[in-house]
Amino acid sequence: MEMSRLEVVPRPVWTLWVQQVWHLMWRELRDYLRDWRILFPIFTLTLLFPFLMRFVTGYLEASFYERWGAEGVTSRLLPLMLLLVGFVPISISLVIALEAFVGEKERMSLEPLLATPLSDLQLYLGKTVAALLLPLMAGTVGIAFYLLILPVEARPDPMTLLQIILLTLGKALVMVSGAVIISSQTTSVRAANLLASFVIIPMTLLIQQESLTLLQGGKQVLWYILLFLLVANVMLVRMGIRLFNREELLGREIDELNLRNVWRMFRRHFVWERWFFGRPPDRLPRSLRWMSTWTGLYLREVPRVLVRSYPALALVLVSLAGAVWVGWEMAIRYRLPAEYIPLDQVTEETFRQASAISWLPALTPWGILQNNIRSLTLAALLGTFSFGSLAAILLMAPIVIIAYATCQVAWAGYDPLTFVLTFVMPHGVLELPAAIIATALAVRLGATFIAPPRGMTVGEGWMQALADFVKVFVAVVIPLLALAAAVESFLTPALVLAVYAR
Amino acid sequence: MIQTENLTKRFNDFTAVNGINLTVRPGRILALLGPNGAGKTTTVRMLAAILMPTEGRAVIAGYDTRQDPIAVRRQVGLLTEQPGLYLRMYGGEYLEFFGRLYGLDPETCQQRAREWLDRFVMPEAWGRRIGEYSKGMRQKLALVRALLHDPPVLLLDEPTSAMDPHSAKLVRDAILSLRDERRTILVCTHNLTEAELIADEIAIIRRGQIVALGTPAELKRQLLGPPLMELRLAASTDGARPLVARWAPVLEEGPNWIRYRAETPEAVNPAILRSLAEADIPVVTLSEVPRSLEAVYLRVVEG
Repeated sequence: MEMSRLEVVPRPVWTLWVQQVWHLMWRELRDYLRDWRILFPIFTLTLLFPFLMRFVTGYLEASFYERWGAEGVTSRLLPLMLLLVGFVPISISLVIALEAFVGEKERMSLEPLLATPLSDLQLYLGKTVAALLLPLMAGTVGIAFYLLILPVEARPDPMTLLQIILLTLGKALVMVSGAVIISSQTTSVRAANLLASFVIIPMTLLIQQESLTLLQGGKQVLWYILLFLLVANVMLVRMGIRLFNREELLGREIDELNLRNVWRMFRRHFVWERWFFGRPPDRLPRSLRWMSTWTGLYLREVPRVLVRSYPALALVLVSLAGAVWVGWEMAIRYRLPAEYIPLDQVTEETFRQASAISWLPALTPWGILQNNIRSLTLAALLGTFSFGSLAAILLMAPIVIIAYATCQVAWAGYDPLTFVLTFVMPHGVLELPAAIIATALAVRLGATFIAPPRGMTVGEGWMQALADFVKVFVAVVIPLLALAAAVESFLTPALVLAVYAR
Repeated sequence: MIQTENLTKRFNDFTAVNGINLTVRPGRILALLGPNGAGKTTTVRMLAAILMPTEGRAVIAGYDTRQDPIAVRRQVGLLTEQPGLYLRMYGGEYLEFFGRLYGLDPETCQQRAREWLDRFVMPEAWGRRIGEYSKGMRQKLALVRALLHDPPVLLLDEPTSAMDPHSAKLVRDAILSLRDERRTILVCTHNLTEAELIADEIAIIRRGQIVALGTPAELKRQLLGPPLMELRLAASTDGARPLVARWAPVLEEGPNWIRYRAETPEAVNPAILRSLAEADIPVVTLSEVPRSLEAVYLRVVEG
């Protein structure tokens, strides 16, 4: 039998690209629409929940009025109810998205899909949009339905309504993009469900925050929450696209924590090349060979790590510039009277009193060093769990204070340059570079999750970032901090007293 | 055409495929045989540009899997180890979906899908939900999915598994006709009879390495020695034995049959027959003792 051979209709590449995403998305949607286990809760939550909320609002209004004669409770409660009516159906999107890849993998239907000429981005988009669309439509219908059953005079103003719709969209996107990442990185639906807490817990906290904000009537804060959701979405979508990898999806069969492999990987990234000004280390006199380890570390490896970390270093420097600006802004807003800055009354006693303040470190080299090491280690820890952002914010805090204080000092009639040169710079010239380098490496620890280095998995990228952090922290940061602590403890106070004390 | 050079795939410390060199020309079928876990599926996934090689390269229909994976996927029809179907979809809907992903317009897609379904004697599959299909139907539908975009290269993992003998024959015939259309075909199978029936060449893979490669006849000769011939006589073998032994070593003997190994059957067999005729010993049959691919396979796999 002769099979027909028909030519593929030529189409512009981008049209085909979009159409392929569309077909993938539409197939997924059709699949959801045929699954009563998805449809039933969506319909129920969309159509019955608004009635329930309406009843609750009415009951609370009456009860508050009867008990305390409180009026206007509804105006505060309604936006909150609206928020819940929108959120409950979109929570289904989490379940759908968690299943997106790992569910197909379990049902063995993923491989034929991965064998099609679709790019990773097309697969990611098709699946993500499909998981988002149905619950989002249900959420919007739920909101519309709730508004319909409310008396006209009780309906919220258009701006509040817009905020609530945008918040609903933002949360749905965060949940779906987070869940798609989980789904593409796990090997079973069970594992994906367990990891879903990383999406559910922050969402729960966010809902609580939104509820409090709405009950307190602080609608302005909702814009900040929206901004936060926007940033989180950009990060999660970028992370999802970077981490989405058909090879990983298909190649990984079991989620096993193999400590020996982890240690081997860490070691591979931790060790550095012995080097001695181009001479083969083995040809050096035996007594000098140890030097090649140190020259290799300081003259080859540390510069390499810094070059590898240049985007993070740039980000930290920009953050510091931002911190100076924030300090300046705050100084304008919260200007102190000149008598609050009695620099000419600084005595040795002032430094002793400063040490007595519980949250400040003891002004001894060891006390200062301990405090700085603790802060930068904390920055690494926080950076890991916040895509690097909290590490940068932690370093911004003291810079904001310095900028604020410098402005106040200037307005109080002192020379700001002298202030900076005496109070900050003696130890700052050592401490600040150390803090910038450590923070940049801490930022890398978190940023690796969003953008692992090319050719590396997230795990390997993170191991490299950790090895770089440990190496440079021990070899460069701690020695610099130790020197800075000694200077801060002995030289800075003496200099301050010499310049300012009468 | 499929060409690989030192194709290697490692997963952390485990080497799944180790330096495979293969060439399959258009119009040829290569059967890839090997025990479970030998690296067949990983090889196929690399050829389909789903997995990237750790070392080496694979060029499929002129495209390098690493440099142009999307073009490779467009050229390849992949039948996966598991059919991997969407059970809630209807057969026609499913094929249309995959056809559209390959850039086919709906009419072409439908026409080709229906033609293939007719050819596999399952036209009713178009309007039936896949969840209701038998195992064999599911396998055939997955095969149609792989053929829908008319690919020049076919990678078929266990194409007739779960099929009844009639369906299996239909599929084998289809594979042979696809070969006649000068498509390049690689078949992974555990069914050695089938491999022998359809394959022009056979590659046996063990622990990620190709340990034997050649036509079925070449492999048999290489691994089991020269062909074994059986001579059946209408009389006792007493007179025939020394005549046969003059030309070839006699291995076994019965009351009226003799088995000998013929290094060059085309020269030895006529000579033996001539000698027997001259000695007036009546010959009933002279034939090659069938040697199965299974024997070759077991010899290779068991080392």
